Amino acid sequence: MSNQLNSKKGDKFFASREFAGRKIYPFIEKRRIYFTVAISILIIGFVLAFWRGFHLDIEFKGGSLVDYTYSGEIDVDQITAELSDAMEEPVNCQISRAIGSDESNLKVSVAGNEALSPEQLTNLTDSLNKNYPGHNFEISEANLVSPSIGREMLRNGLLALVIASALIIAYVWLSFRTMSGPSAGVMALVALFHDTTLAVLAFVIMGSAINETLIAVILTILGFSINDTIVIYDRVRENMKLYKDEHSFLDIIDLSITQSLGRTINTSICIFVAVVTAYIFALLYNLESIKEFALPILVGVISGTFSSITIATPLWAMWKTRQGRSGFED
Amino acid sequence: MAKPSRARFGERASIVPFLTLIAVLVLAILICVFGWTTPFRKANGEKIRLKGINEIRFGIDIRGGVEAVFAPKDYNDKVQAEQLDAAAKVLNFRLDKLQILDRELTTSPSAGRIIVRFPWRSDETEFKPDEALQELGEMAYLSFRKPDGTIVVDGTDVEDAAAVFRSDTKTPAVSLKFKEEGAKRFAEVTEEMAGLSQPLAIYLDESLISAPVVREKITGGSASIESPNMTREEAFDLASKINGGALPFALEAISSSSLSPKLGRNSLHLMTLAGVISFLIICVYMIVVYRLPGVVGCISLTAQIVGVLLAISLPQQTLTLQGIAGIILSIGMGVDANIIIASRIREEARNGLTLSAFLHNGFTKAFSSVMDSNVTVAIAAIVLMIFGSGTILSFAYSLLAGVILNGITGVWMTRKMIASLTKIEGLRKPYLYGARRTA
Repeated sequence: MSNQLNSKKGDKFFASREFAGRKIYPFIEKRRIYFTVAISILIIGFVLAFWRGFHLDIEFKGGSLVDYTYSGEIDVDQITAELSDAMEEPVNCQISRAIGSDESNLKVSVAGNEALSPEQLTNLTDSLNKNYPGHNFEISEANLVSPSIGREMLRNGLLALVIASALIIAYVWLSFRTMSGPSAGVMALVALFHDTTLAVLAFVIMGSAINETLIAVILTILGFSINDTIVIYDRVRENMKLYKDEHSFLDIIDLSITQSLGRTINTSICIFVAVVTAYIFALLYNLESIKEFALPILVGVISGTFSSITIATPLWAMWKTRQGRSGFED
Repeated sequence: MAKPSRARFGERASIVPFLTLIAVLVLAILICVFGWTTPFRKANGEKIRLKGINEIRFGIDIRGGVEAVFAPKDYNDKVQAEQLDAAAKVLNFRLDKLQILDRELTTSPSAGRIIVRFPWRSDETEFKPDEALQELGEMAYLSFRKPDGTIVVDGTDVEDAAAVFRSDTKTPAVSLKFKEEGAKRFAEVTEEMAGLSQPLAIYLDESLISAPVVREKITGGSASIESPNMTREEAFDLASKINGGALPFALEAISSSSLSPKLGRNSLHLMTLAGVISFLIICVYMIVVYRLPGVVGCISLTAQIVGVLLAISLPQQTLTLQGIAGIILSIGMGVDANIIIASRIREEARNGLTLSAFLHNGFTKAFSSVMDSNVTVAIAAIVLMIFGSGTILSFAYSLLAGVILNGITGVWMTRKMIASLTKIEGLRKPYLYGARRTA
């Protein structure tokens, strides 16, 4: 009798029921649907991401990538061949032009085990300007990264992520110890992991290579996601004190989620507005770094909001009520 | 603010705190937007200036510039920490010569590397990072020149230089030690020049760094450069420049990234515009949904944003793209904190309690969840500040500043302002706090 879930049979999906004088929604009862949806999205995400391919960007992998601006028309294949000869290494070239601009963009990437030295970069620029006089090649961005330094950067970034997540869990554990901290912390971690994975997948599916921006995206999502989960946990903790003796554990969970729903939706709308505005601007003005950042954040924030409701809390509730437990045990 | 006092909410409040907070906020906004040259003076007589958003130090990823990792070129021995310091001195010296004053230079002795970040000069139209890096890394050339310009001894002859304190004259000085070959030549030159009261000029690259007069023939390979008014700093500076010129290696940029200043600026303006637009939309939304607490929430949010910007601009903390991500996250949490409080007040108001009861309940119950999430994120930010480097540091700094300010504005300031406003008769209607309109 402890785990009373649905009072009325044959309800419509998400029909509300009364509890402690207010309407609540049966979130826990629908958990299988959420889990199925979440897992399906993850699978689709992984398939698309693998199809796109996971690549380390130059700043982590090492190598050389130079962006030139130039005017007029040039032939990419010819330029690729010429530069490969001049550098004595295979060179890859791409050209692009922003709409409405008379400056074009030439991206030159040079393979090789070491980064180009500044001298070699000067040679590269000189040979372009010598072979194509009047086109005015100018460096707009140059990344010449030694592979060992790239690996170091990657290691530092990952270390920061791991330490930050470990501490977040430790704090949740400590802070919610009255309602069984370790399991709450671990389930919050599952949700964190889910949200950051989705953000990473979105980042990769967009075609970006794994770089420092992604580390910033992940850190941001960690923050948002834990914030959301804590807000719900906090409500559960409060309601546990109030209703522990009269109502079942799962009902209290449903009540808590229902009560924080207004805040969840409104916060999500506000953050959604901010990120979408940034994204639209980035799209209109072709700001790569912002586009690369904004969309994964958007995915992560939405996922962060809903994973607290659909993943962290139901999983934790299932754990607490496993094998017929009431959920109130320590 | 652990346990709320038994006093009813806002009982002792008056309108004064609200007006004071608004006045402080307006002042902060003015400083943030325009900066402020205070009438107070620093030790050197300069007026202290509080720098506003226009003077924020942006990272080179935003304003353009160069970041490079220098390591000794073709040098197989282990680089000593003193050698690295001397090399850093040479880099600083050359950056000064290039008029690049706003730079960061860090040495990492364990890895034998020097990391240099510098923005591109705004008056320079041609952006040639590769040439600047080559120039910086070149082997420093130290030379001792006779008045006619002949080079008599150079860096390869110098063994070591050090700043010393002469106990007899009680003045700082620089002691010089030459290698065998150099000592011999130095003795010849000093013999020739002794008593001529002409300087033996010391050059680093093509710049004069010191012009001591030779008093007597110096044998034995040890000399000292002194002057009655040489300060301790000058002695150290000269010694490390000489050591830099005597380094057995040139530096090479093993890694570098450069960004043209044209790219960054444009996106910064657009992003500021995007930020302002979304802030306005959020404010309208919060006010429509939450009424009076929504209005107060917007004021608190404004205070939080201004506070974060000042926390970055006043100490001249470098702001990178990742730093902006940190600001966005903290503002997002600030929006959330205000929404949590406002929606909790609304919920309690709809339970039909009295004004002071539902405000008291709303704030008290919202407090723990706002605090818990802020503390969690603050812990993560502190750890990132300790372990993170470079760009992550900038993220952590803005996040930490934002979260602390969120604690102050979102929790304390919102509460104070609402308590204050309830003193105005017209603002006591439960409807204004989200209760349903009843007769």
